[in-house]
Amino acid sequence: MADLASVADKQASRRRWLLLAPALVILLFAAAGPLLITVVYSFLTAGDYGGVEWQGSFQAWFNVFMQRDIFDDTLGFSDAHLSIFWRSVKLSLMTTLLCLFFGFPTAYFIATRPRKQRDLWMLLVIIPFWTNLLIRTFAVVELIRAEGTVNTLLVWTGIIDEPIQMLFTEFSILLGMVYVYLPLMVLPLYASMERLDFSLVEAGYDLYATRLQVLRRVILPLVKPGVIAGSILVFVPSLGAYVTPRVMGGGNQLMIGNLIELQFGQGRNWPLGAALSITLLAIVMVALMTYVRVAGNEEPHRV
Amino acid sequence: MVQVATAISVRNLRKVYAGQPPVVALADASIDIRDNEFFTLLGPSGCGKTTLLRMIAGFEHPTSGTLTMHGENLLKLPPHKRPVNTVFQSYALFPHLSVAQNIGFGLEMLGKPKAEIKKTVAEMMALVKMSEMADRQTGQISGGQQQRVALARALAPKPRVLLLDEPLSALDFKLRKNMQLELKRLQLETGITFVFVTHDQEEALTMSDRIAVMNAGEIRQIGNPRQIYDQPAERFVADFIGDTNFLPADVIATSGDTATVRLSSGREITAKAAQNGAQSGKVTLAVRPEHASIGAPEAGLLSGTLAEVVYFGTDTHYHVTLEDGIAFVVRQQNRPDATAHFTTGDRVGVDFAPGIGQVLRD
Repeated sequence: MADLASVADKQASRRRWLLLAPALVILLFAAAGPLLITVVYSFLTAGDYGGVEWQGSFQAWFNVFMQRDIFDDTLGFSDAHLSIFWRSVKLSLMTTLLCLFFGFPTAYFIATRPRKQRDLWMLLVIIPFWTNLLIRTFAVVELIRAEGTVNTLLVWTGIIDEPIQMLFTEFSILLGMVYVYLPLMVLPLYASMERLDFSLVEAGYDLYATRLQVLRRVILPLVKPGVIAGSILVFVPSLGAYVTPRVMGGGNQLMIGNLIELQFGQGRNWPLGAALSITLLAIVMVALMTYVRVAGNEEPHRV
Repeated sequence: MVQVATAISVRNLRKVYAGQPPVVALADASIDIRDNEFFTLLGPSGCGKTTLLRMIAGFEHPTSGTLTMHGENLLKLPPHKRPVNTVFQSYALFPHLSVAQNIGFGLEMLGKPKAEIKKTVAEMMALVKMSEMADRQTGQISGGQQQRVALARALAPKPRVLLLDEPLSALDFKLRKNMQLELKRLQLETGITFVFVTHDQEEALTMSDRIAVMNAGEIRQIGNPRQIYDQPAERFVADFIGDTNFLPADVIATSGDTATVRLSSGREITAKAAQNGAQSGKVTLAVRPEHASIGAPEAGLLSGTLAEVVYFGTDTHYHVTLEDGIAFVVRQQNRPDATAHFTTGDRVGVDFAPGIGQVLRD
């Protein structure tokens, strides 16, 4: 009898593995595999016309942070790379903060509408999200370029004499990224605000809290999971953004994503591109761990 | 009579919600709620009692009318500046704060010094017998305990008026009974004016100093529990509070508070006159089941056939179909020495004492 039971157990466990197989295949080939290849490539030598030579080397990793001066052969930090890292982190942080700044009131506004209206408002937030990223980005370009809508209007009304250079600056990248990623902030914020029991807000007012105190002491702690989720959803793709900085930055305001593309494209330095990719991954992980630790540790929170 | 100060004065307060057609949630309500009294707004759901309470709290704004508290215009003040606190139906405890933090929230918002907050919170927790639970999260305590925390939180800032929005409705029967007594005790101990909203007539009768019975946005009657029960002003009040028999009758004479009526059987008896003055002709007479008795057919004011006998342990309900077809219920206490026994189908007489029926206003 015990044997029969163990056979049944084995069969059940075999069936479980079989059912898990699709997920495992995806994890193996779509997540772990490419990552492993990237790690391996970063330790190889660059081929002359792209690709890699199967010869171990730390050159790529060395080049991520350091550079050898081409004239006097001295060793120094790779200012170009470091400034691109710094710009990427800075712009992503600012994007996240601005998305929170605009997304929070938006989500609150929608969550406090009558139930029937909420879906319509959410639709308005989501529709741009359904539009092709490139199209949306070029639409913003159209708005802010030298002969674009904003400049034309400002010159026409006499507020400025000459068009302001907005495109191809860090400002334009920031504007583009905030616009593109705002729905990613609004959606999780709205989800947590919709669940918010608004009698708690009333209880806050009833107990002599001003609007600001209700926001800080009642609403914020309760929608914190939404704030964390939204911030992660915005910060991570911002850090690896490629299309927006490419179009809005015009090629002279690079972010990590553009730098990586450059190595795999014109630069023909695949190992360096791979090493930069892993660096990006490391930055994201460190940032997320720091953020979750800081944001999650303030008060014990009931789920 | 002692002149009692008015805590809250409601004058012609009206609330209309826009829509097709517009909904009148509250129709020109006027009440004076006295200092230190336990005042109850009683009525079926949708009668406007919660709307009125929320207006006093400041969560809703009236379409017209005035609302003053100790002479001060409340309508000009936002909710966080009104010296009233609310116990919410859902308790609305902050889930991210501990029991003690919840109770101290109001004091903290008022900017009280830390030492004072600590002292008051300890007092409040002792008052509602929750001292051991100070550091618990609100999700880790039972419904009855949440109720106590909600009460303590609302009482901690020492409001002049405490508003309670059906706070006991989520509790089970036994806990509710305990909390009713507890609430009454708290009200007497703190001397704070309680404005209590409920749809439970029994709860209202046991706890209140005075009751306002509401229906369809209007206040139908205001009085102490005894007045509301023994002298209902109209059919709705008589029907909503307790069980009542309604008998058609003719008023043949009225003198002061007493009216003489002729019943359908032709017998005449005195009753309490309607509260809106003299009345004549066809009226409705309300008689409580426990005020009537059942006996031999020829002995009573009315006679009929016993349709049903329902035994309740402490008492028995006799459902009688009177000669004119009207149903009449008699409730009699069961006593061990009872001699007469009636069974379904018996011809019986129904009797009640002079002066016990109430003529209702039309």
